Amino acid sequence: MDPKTKAEQKKYQELVKGHSKKTPILKHVVLAFLIGGSICLIGQIALNYFSTVERTQGEAAATTLAFMIFLGAMATGFGVYDILGEIGGAGAAIPITGFANTVVASAMEFRREGFLLGMAAKMFVIAGPVLVYGILAGFLVTLIKASLLGLFP
Amino acid sequence: MAENRVGQQTIVFRNPPRIISSFATVGPDEGKGPLAQYFNDILEDPMLGQKTAEKAELKMLESTIEQTLAQAKLKKEEIHYYISGDLLNQIISSSFSARTLGVPFIGIYGACSSYAEGLGLGSVLIDGSYADKVLVATTSHYQTAERQFRYPIELNIQRKTSNQVTVTGAGVSILANAGDGIKVTHATFGKVIDMGLKDVNDMGSAMAPAAVDTLVQHLQDTNRSVADYDLILTGDLASQGKKMFGLLAKEKGISLGNKHQDAGDLIFSPQQDVGAGASGCACAAVVTIGYVMKEMYQGRFRRVLLIATGALMNALTFQQGESIPGIGHAIVLEV
Repeated sequence: MDPKTKAEQKKYQELVKGHSKKTPILKHVVLAFLIGGSICLIGQIALNYFSTVERTQGEAAATTLAFMIFLGAMATGFGVYDILGEIGGAGAAIPITGFANTVVASAMEFRREGFLLGMAAKMFVIAGPVLVYGILAGFLVTLIKASLLGLFP
Repeated sequence: MAENRVGQQTIVFRNPPRIISSFATVGPDEGKGPLAQYFNDILEDPMLGQKTAEKAELKMLESTIEQTLAQAKLKKEEIHYYISGDLLNQIISSSFSARTLGVPFIGIYGACSSYAEGLGLGSVLIDGSYADKVLVATTSHYQTAERQFRYPIELNIQRKTSNQVTVTGAGVSILANAGDGIKVTHATFGKVIDMGLKDVNDMGSAMAPAAVDTLVQHLQDTNRSVADYDLILTGDLASQGKKMFGLLAKEKGISLGNKHQDAGDLIFSPQQDVGAGASGCACAAVVTIGYVMKEMYQGRFRRVLLIATGALMNALTFQQGESIPGIGHAIVLEV
């Protein structure tokens, strides 16, 4: 038997496609809504509280973000956040707690290769792309806005 | 003419080597699965008190080797060769354990097919009377494999239904030219088969064609049929790959009936939330040593065909868009 031909490969790929288990999308969506929604609820409660203590709405929002990042990092440290992710999928990944999780999880994982070449160097392996493309997208949107409305509308 | 070779790919052992001692160690999660009663040792702590997962994997392998030797009442000086393979870069678990053992070492890499590959090579050494006793080992660890092939442990990643979970465990066997034990009568080393699949979340489907290729070749070479075996154990295809294996075998006109089981499909129960099932070097090893060999001693199986499968990619090749080549090595075990 010779190496597999393209036709044989394609035929098998079709067979695999036809016999793969379907992802339970509805279940995932509902769970993502529940987990993600609960995280956002905590965020909203925090924001309501911080609005009463901070001077401006902007400061309250910033404090809430810091608080949520703190919660996400703590939950990762206690080994809870990966369970939330397993159940909630995108519901746990998208809020800022999920972003904190990617940084802390990587830091914990690579801590054993040392503080410098391990933890510090690899802390952003998962979060890095989010930062790069987040900043890039922000820049592009601002560019469009500035060219349409002028720099200081 | 190589007179111990039949057909295209199969080796016949004229003086079948005996597996005189075997030991299977598994982690706590594997110890909660349906095969728990068959394993020799179930770890309480998957880290074995070590600082790193790599050290834990090594320690698990070393202690399994020690216990296999103790069970056979052998000293390490009596072992002529040590054959071992694992999943980590440059098979460090194997080489580091060989450093401790101090026995001539043959390091192999067959990914999750390493155990069958090792048994086959070890049997060649013994049947060819190049060695009296050969130690064959393999190990894998959930945490070391995750970090090398996937993501940090604590990351919020949702497992796909076709994902497999790497078994934490170690399987060690001693092959000998004399003594009591299960015989190794044939070995069919497989060819690397690549069907162009690129989904690393579905290794089972990528490896199934290689396992079927080896099965077809083995049956043809030995002039046997599925009826000649009490069990055909593939591993580690898990539920998705097992299904594909059955479909492909049927296409080739082989009816497996109820003879086929898969190591990756047996270790965990569906309630354990493990996607399609188990994988890893230890998967085929601990199921063969634990479940299959013990059932062979009980008389439930008399002749078993083990086809251990491996996905021969690494963490870079799939990022570079390469497909996943698979391999299946077959070994015939007889009481």
